[in-house]
Amino acid sequence: MADFFLQNQDIIYIVILSILLGIEVISNVPAILHTPLMSGANAIHGVVIIGAIIVMGHAQSGDYLALILGFLAVLLGTLNVVGGFVVTNRMLEMFKKKKG
Amino acid sequence: MSKFLLELSYLIGSITFILGLKMLGSPDSARKGNLVAAAGMVLAIAGTVLFHEKDGQSIGNIPWILAAMGIGTIIGWFMAMKVKLTAMPQMVSFFNGMGGACAAIISLVEYHSHPEGSAGYLLIVYLGLVIGSVSFSGSIVAFGKLDEKIKDFGGRYLTYLNLGLLALIFTVLGIAVATPDMLGGSALWILLGLSTLYGILFVLPIGGADMPVVISLLNSFTGMAAAFGGFLYHNQVMLTGGILVGSAGTILTVLMCKAMNRSLLNVIIGSFGGGGASGAAAGGDQTVREISLTDSAILCAYAGKVCIVPGYGLAVAQAQHICHELEKKLEDKGVEVYYAIHPVAGRMPGHMNVLLAEADVPYPKLVEMEEANPNMPNTDVVIVVGANDVVNPAAENDPGSPIYGMPVLKVWDAKNTIVLKRSMRAGYAGIENELFFLPKTKMLFGDAKDTLQKLVAELKDL
Repeated sequence: MADFFLQNQDIIYIVILSILLGIEVISNVPAILHTPLMSGANAIHGVVIIGAIIVMGHAQSGDYLALILGFLAVLLGTLNVVGGFVVTNRMLEMFKKKKG
Repeated sequence: MSKFLLELSYLIGSITFILGLKMLGSPDSARKGNLVAAAGMVLAIAGTVLFHEKDGQSIGNIPWILAAMGIGTIIGWFMAMKVKLTAMPQMVSFFNGMGGACAAIISLVEYHSHPEGSAGYLLIVYLGLVIGSVSFSGSIVAFGKLDEKIKDFGGRYLTYLNLGLLALIFTVLGIAVATPDMLGGSALWILLGLSTLYGILFVLPIGGADMPVVISLLNSFTGMAAAFGGFLYHNQVMLTGGILVGSAGTILTVLMCKAMNRSLLNVIIGSFGGGGASGAAAGGDQTVREISLTDSAILCAYAGKVCIVPGYGLAVAQAQHICHELEKKLEDKGVEVYYAIHPVAGRMPGHMNVLLAEADVPYPKLVEMEEANPNMPNTDVVIVVGANDVVNPAAENDPGSPIYGMPVLKVWDAKNTIVLKRSMRAGYAGIENELFFLPKTKMLFGDAKDTLQKLVAELKDL
C-alpha cells in the first residue's frame, strides 16, 4: 500500500486534481449549454486515439492481429475526435449567428 | 530532446482541454473553447506521432497510421456535417461509441503483445476493456433507439439479469487479476463478450425520456476508459483528458437526474415505462376536446400572453422555423410570447435551445422551468408543441405514476392550453397524460409543422 502510493504519487495527484477540476469546470453551467458541453467532452475523450497510435506504432511488422486491430483503433479514435469537434462546432455556430 | 517536445505537447494539450471545457460553459466563449480543445488535440496527436518512443524505438507504421487517420477524418467530417440538427443526440452517441471501441481495442492489442504483467497492469488492461466495450455497445444501442431503429424492450427480469451479468463480470475480472493462470488468455475474450452484452442489455430497457442521462453516463465511461489507457502508458494527456471528461460527465449526469428528481440508480435499473404503471388505466373512456384551426388562431391572437412549450415532436417535425414565425406573427399583433423550456425536453438536455437557436429565436425568449411555472397563472394560452411527459400533471398528483416527483411545466395553471399532437398515443415514457382530458385543454391534431403552418396562415387572415 505504502509502496504503491510512493511509486505512483504523481499519478495519484493528477487523478485527484483532474477529478476536482472536472467537477469545478462543469458546475454552474446554464442548461442551454449542456448539449454542446456534453458533445465537447465527447470529443475530448477522443484523446484515447493517442493510445491507439502508440499501440499501432509499436506493433511488430509480422503481427497481423495487432496491426489490423491497431489500424481499426486509430480509425475509430479519429472518428471520435473529428466527428466530436465538428458536431460541437455546428451546434455552437447556431448560437453565434444571432449575436452578430 | 524529443522526450521534452512530446511532454511539452502533452502539457499544452492538457491545458487546452481544461480551458476548452471551461470556455464551453459560457455562451460567448463556447465556440472558441471547442476550437481551443481541438487545436490541443491536434498538437498532442502530432507530438505522439513525431516524438513518442518506447524502449528507444520511435513510432513505426506511420503510413498506416496516417491512412487510418485520413479515412477516419473524412468519414467523421462527412457524418458530422451531413447530420440533421434534430439527429445530433444520436450522432454524439455514435461518436462516443467509437471512442469506447477504440479504448477496448487498445486493451486487446496490449494484452496480445504483453500477456504477462503485474496484477496492477492486468487490472488496468481488463478495466479499460470492460468499460470501453460497455460504452461501445451501449452507445450503439442508444444510437439505434434514438434513431427509432431499436424499440424499447424488456421488463423486471432484465433488471435482475443485468445485475447478475454485472456480478459475473466483476467475478471474472477478479479471478483474472488474482490468479492469471486460471483463465489465461481466454479471460480477455470472456470479458469482451460479457461486457458487450451488458452494454446492450443495460441500455435496451431504458426509455427514450431517460436517454439524455444514459448518453451522458456513457460519455463519462468512455472518458474513464481513456484514462485507463493513460495509466497503461503513463501518458499524461490521456490521463488528464480522460479523467476530466469522466468526472465532468458524471457531474453532468447527476445534474440531469436532479432535473428529473430521480436518482441515477433509479434511471439505470428503473426501466422507465416498461412496467405499464397505474396511470395508464385512468385514460380509458375519458373524452378530449378538439379545437379548430380558426378558433386556435383567434384564441392566440386576442391573448395577452402566449407561452410555447416545445418537445421532441417539434424536433421530429422540424417545426422550429415555423414556430418562430408563429411567434413573430403573434408579436405583430401585440401578443407577448415566450417559450417555456423543460430541462429534459427533447432527447438531450438543451436540445430545444439548440433547435430554437437555429431558427433565430432570441435567447431572452427562452424561459427555464423554474421561471416559467410562476408565470403560468397569468398566461392566457399555452401551446404545447410535441411535448408530453414534461407537461404531465401525474408527476405532481399521482404517486403511482412512474414519473411522480419529476418537476414538470404546470401548463394547467394557464387559462387555456392547446396541445398540438399527432394522435392520442402516449408519450415516450409510455404513460397516459391526464392533461389532455382537463376541461381547459383543447387538442389540435396533426403534424406539428403542418399545423403550425396553417395556424400562421389563419393568423394572417385575421
